Amino acid sequence: MSIDVKNISYTYMAKTPFECQALDQVSVTINKGEFVAIIGHTGSGKSTLAEHLNGLLHPTTGAVYVDGIDVNGKGADAKKARHQVGMVFQYPEHQLFAETVYEDIAFGPRNSGKDPDTVDAAVRSAMEFVNLDFATFAQRSPFALSGGQMRRVAIAGVVAMEPDYLIMDEPSAGLDPRSRNMIFAQLMTIFKKRKMAVILITHSMEEAALYADRLLVMSGGKLCIDGKTSDVFINDEKTLEKLAVDVPESFKLAEELQQQGLPLKGAILTEAQLVKAIAKAKGWSGC
Amino acid sequence: MLNDITLGQYYPGNSFLHKLDPRTKILATFFFMAAVFIAESALSYGILLAFVFIVAFMAKLPWKMLLKSIKPLWVIIILTLGIHIFTGQGEPLWQWKMFTVTREGIVLGVKMSLRLILLLLISSLLTFTTSPIVLTDGIESLLTPFKKIGVPAHELAMMMTIALRFIPTLLEETDRIMKAQSARGADFSSGNLIQRAKNMLPILIPLFISSFRRADELAMAMEARCYRGGKGRTRMHQLVYGSRDGVAACGMAVLILVLCILKWGGTLWAI
Repeated sequence: MSIDVKNISYTYMAKTPFECQALDQVSVTINKGEFVAIIGHTGSGKSTLAEHLNGLLHPTTGAVYVDGIDVNGKGADAKKARHQVGMVFQYPEHQLFAETVYEDIAFGPRNSGKDPDTVDAAVRSAMEFVNLDFATFAQRSPFALSGGQMRRVAIAGVVAMEPDYLIMDEPSAGLDPRSRNMIFAQLMTIFKKRKMAVILITHSMEEAALYADRLLVMSGGKLCIDGKTSDVFINDEKTLEKLAVDVPESFKLAEELQQQGLPLKGAILTEAQLVKAIAKAKGWSGC
Repeated sequence: MLNDITLGQYYPGNSFLHKLDPRTKILATFFFMAAVFIAESALSYGILLAFVFIVAFMAKLPWKMLLKSIKPLWVIIILTLGIHIFTGQGEPLWQWKMFTVTREGIVLGVKMSLRLILLLLISSLLTFTTSPIVLTDGIESLLTPFKKIGVPAHELAMMMTIALRFIPTLLEETDRIMKAQSARGADFSSGNLIQRAKNMLPILIPLFISSFRRADELAMAMEARCYRGGKGRTRMHQLVYGSRDGVAACGMAVLILVLCILKWGGTLWAI
């Protein structure tokens, strides 16, 4: 059970003066149960790649298979395959349209052709996942909510489709730290409970280091690095620098400390790992 | 699919037409439109068509782009042609049940559709060779004399500038919302007409909301930069007429004169 991207290339506005190659011969396989982060600087093709995964864009050459089915095909099979890949766009709250939170979240599952009882159950569980109380929010207008709540409604709208693969394009952009942490905590819960694949597009190396098992680094429409998160940050630091991609703050701080003579051991990518390593090096106990 | 709209899309260039003062071009376009309605004989239509082609040639535009500008209205053009052909008065050439085709009908139909095509072509030529900002500058400058009778020239120009500025933004936004909703399984291309209209709601509502949000933000940003309307504003690019504009005006005058002679010349001679 996986998404297979086979050699796709994509050109925006082909055969016009504004032609621009956004993807160049990208091949990758993403398995169910993986948490993958796609990183890369602006314009590297991250979002374009993501939009190919559920057939929103048709590759100029190459093909994308979800569980073995070509997503760009016609017919019910391909449609079903596309519904297996949920996509949360940047600023997803800008796509809310319904009169009530309930109706908006139910939009996706209804389009998949589920019966009313299943839809109701899907909406309830999706709202639970994003931590919105059903009794309080279901009948309210989505436009009368706060920014963080609107985003959670929008994410719930995608989660309610019960996708096997969930793509999130910068889900934390423009949110305060508290809402951000809440969204990620919920995301990790769904990820673990449903054994789905999560594909996170992000500019924050901290998020990538904290949550992702696997890292895809894009640059100039090409997939440059594909590997385990800790390996990529530790082994490919020079390449990352060349691709204008940062490393996590904790990683930089650990390097600085090591240069100053503090013997830190192990892979240090997150704050928690850094704290632990310092405590160990200093011989503090109780940490 | 949303990149097909050519009307109002500037094609950068450096031709005679591109360098003309926008006021000259706007006035010339109006005069040409008037000239289209003066024309009656086949010869005068020929002259008008030739004029458009010469101007298009001078603008050094790709012919394909020019033809594409007719595309949005071709249904109306065909409809005009059809209605005139089947409802014309005069001697029937061909008859089948309730449909009658007359020679007069055909002539009138061709004339009317030619008029439409000419109007479309000339207005596209204006917008292809003039960037929207320069165009609104020209309109503002042309409307300034009417300020005395209460025409809000600056405000109108500012409104147009803003509207034009936001067309690409809104198209992009529409594209994004469409993608987001199709990712949630929305279907825009099947069902009957009512069903399809209903399916558009998930696009239209977010689009309206974001337009209002943008308008709000823009108003705030303009106020923050002390925008107080047109009074006392100076501009970076002053519009100046050049010798080029004289040449263009002469060309236009000759065209209109020729058309007037073709129409009323006969009676003039008779007197």
